[in-house]
Amino acid sequence: MSEKNIILSVKDLEVKFKVRDRVLTAIRNVSLDFEEGKVVAIVGESGSGKSVFTKTFTGMLEVNGEVSNGEIWFEGENLLELKKDSDWEKIRGKKIATVFQDPMTSLNPVRTIGYQISEVIMKHQGKSKAEAKQEAIELMDKVGIKDPERRYDEYPFQYSGGMRQRIVIAIALACRPKILICDEPTTALDVTIQAQIIHLIKQLADEYKFTTIYITHDLGVVANVADYVAVMYAGQIIEYGTVEDIFYDSKHPYTWGLLSSLPQLGLKGEELFAIRGTPPSLFEEIKGDAFAPRSNYSLKIDFEQEPPIFNVSETHWAKTWLLDPRAPKIDPPSVIKTLHERMLDMTKKGGVYGDR
Amino acid sequence: MAIDNKEVLLEVKNLEVTFNNSRKNKGFRAVKNANFHIYKGETFGLVGESGSGKTTIGRSIMRLNPISDGEIWFNGKRIDGKISNEDKREVIRNIQMIFQDPAASLNERATIDYCVSEGLYNFHLYESEEDREAKVDAALKSVGLLPEHKSRYPHEFSGGQRQRVGIARAMIMEPKFIIADEPISALDVSIRAQVLNLMNKFKEERGLTYMFIAHDLSVVRYFADRIAVIHNGRIVEVAPTDELFKYPLHPYTLSLLQAVPMPDPKIEKAKELVIYDDSIRDFSGEKPILREVSDDHFVFANDRELKEYQEKLNEMKKD
Repeated sequence: MSEKNIILSVKDLEVKFKVRDRVLTAIRNVSLDFEEGKVVAIVGESGSGKSVFTKTFTGMLEVNGEVSNGEIWFEGENLLELKKDSDWEKIRGKKIATVFQDPMTSLNPVRTIGYQISEVIMKHQGKSKAEAKQEAIELMDKVGIKDPERRYDEYPFQYSGGMRQRIVIAIALACRPKILICDEPTTALDVTIQAQIIHLIKQLADEYKFTTIYITHDLGVVANVADYVAVMYAGQIIEYGTVEDIFYDSKHPYTWGLLSSLPQLGLKGEELFAIRGTPPSLFEEIKGDAFAPRSNYSLKIDFEQEPPIFNVSETHWAKTWLLDPRAPKIDPPSVIKTLHERMLDMTKKGGVYGDR
Repeated sequence: MAIDNKEVLLEVKNLEVTFNNSRKNKGFRAVKNANFHIYKGETFGLVGESGSGKTTIGRSIMRLNPISDGEIWFNGKRIDGKISNEDKREVIRNIQMIFQDPAASLNERATIDYCVSEGLYNFHLYESEEDREAKVDAALKSVGLLPEHKSRYPHEFSGGQRQRVGIARAMIMEPKFIIADEPISALDVSIRAQVLNLMNKFKEERGLTYMFIAHDLSVVRYFADRIAVIHNGRIVEVAPTDELFKYPLHPYTLSLLQAVPMPDPKIEKAKELVIYDDSIRDFSGEKPILREVSDDHFVFANDRELKEYQEKLNEMKKD
């Protein structure tokens, strides 16, 4: 990669959890560079390790988890060398902030909304109470809360789910972070509210110039927000590329499976493509390609040896033996190849999306 | 889409559901004057946001929520309000429900064997112990589980498998009608397709009728034959699926359709955000009701709005 501003660089990361005397490897040797100012979406099923991966950036792993290998470079510092909580506090929230899925649980129910925002401003920016209040009200206005002066003194229960998520975003932005991690920020919300929150985050990223890391399982949301997409499966990133690379020219059978099983792409009367089976247990050692047992395209070598990273283009790579020059040429499923046509056909009528 | 001489299986007339109703306060109207019917053998989608009353309608049909006004007819019989115990049993047996969260809807202290056969026990739908076992085995097999799973407990299964148990439990009663309340929302993307295919399989094999409750229009588009869109307890539009997606009329339907994120970056990135706002709409004229705009396409409108919708529809159908 040439001449790109890398804001955060992860190298050979491995994370293990101890669960009832057994060891679970949640992240298996992941390396990824995050480019400044871009939106990277991390997609995967539950248990694929997408949340764990980003939690290591802010030192927020659960107590039974530990980073057993790797480096995370941010502003010339390896974050994994930070040991004390007080060291982490200079990063967590301040430089790298997180918006979690459930706005119900990430706000304190017995404190006013205003207190919760200005608390952060006072702590991290060292401002006086009055100044903090002033700024909090401005922030509330920015995230689209109407009549912020009045709502400053209200409690979380007086806010709707979408409004609460706006407040959580305001709190995250209060320290002007360099990186905003959005961990399924809209999963608990209605679609119409989801559209508004996504729009808001994009708008704020433009204004505050932060880098966004989006964690989601919804490929529709990914298509909307992302510049780059990392697809995770069983603790590894198995494919990475620009959003166009992933949606129109994906190479890994798992990405094919994810895309073609989308109900949005299904045609009435046709059976939906379904990925067989369930993800592998991470307690056991995984041999070869973790997706091989569920894949329709697995080769013999997939069960024996882990595939390396094959570069498809400058921006696009995938971990699958299918890209090896010796592998048989396999065409991706037709659904993938005609994805754009299908979607166009589906959306052009009725003026919902206009003529395109 | 229109099938001739369609037989109506379920009919909901002027349904009203009010919570916290007492002499002192007027209560909260969760469902306002809902009217719709479901034909035999079709999948009827009911789509709306949380709090729109879609689950309440489902529960009222199941007799889990008392209704405050209106009528519900199933298979030619009225099933709301006071009915005989015999009829009640009939309703429970013929209408089954699949719930959203399979973890919460299965008894965690009971084996899968019991979870699946509970309905059989309640209705004595088996001749002998062997007969019951055979039925349970067959039900488990039909959803892709194995008979040896019977002795296990719900927590030993993954989310997708649990939802299969939920479906097996409903299917073993040989119902005519299934209310599926967000059956795939709690499942992982790669598992969703499996469960949808399974539900479609049963529909074809046994001629089942579904009411599919969802908040996500994209899933319903694939699955349902007709769709009703509900907003704030009010059904605002009912139409065959293709028609609704091609020619959405009510502004709320439009905003809902538009809000669904599509897995296509080119389309998605060019999309503009439309926010539905009740307060900026023109409500002049008399009170609106649900009326037919074109064949089988109903929209909540008054005279003036109906005219506008008709014009819009003609305009759209021109090209």
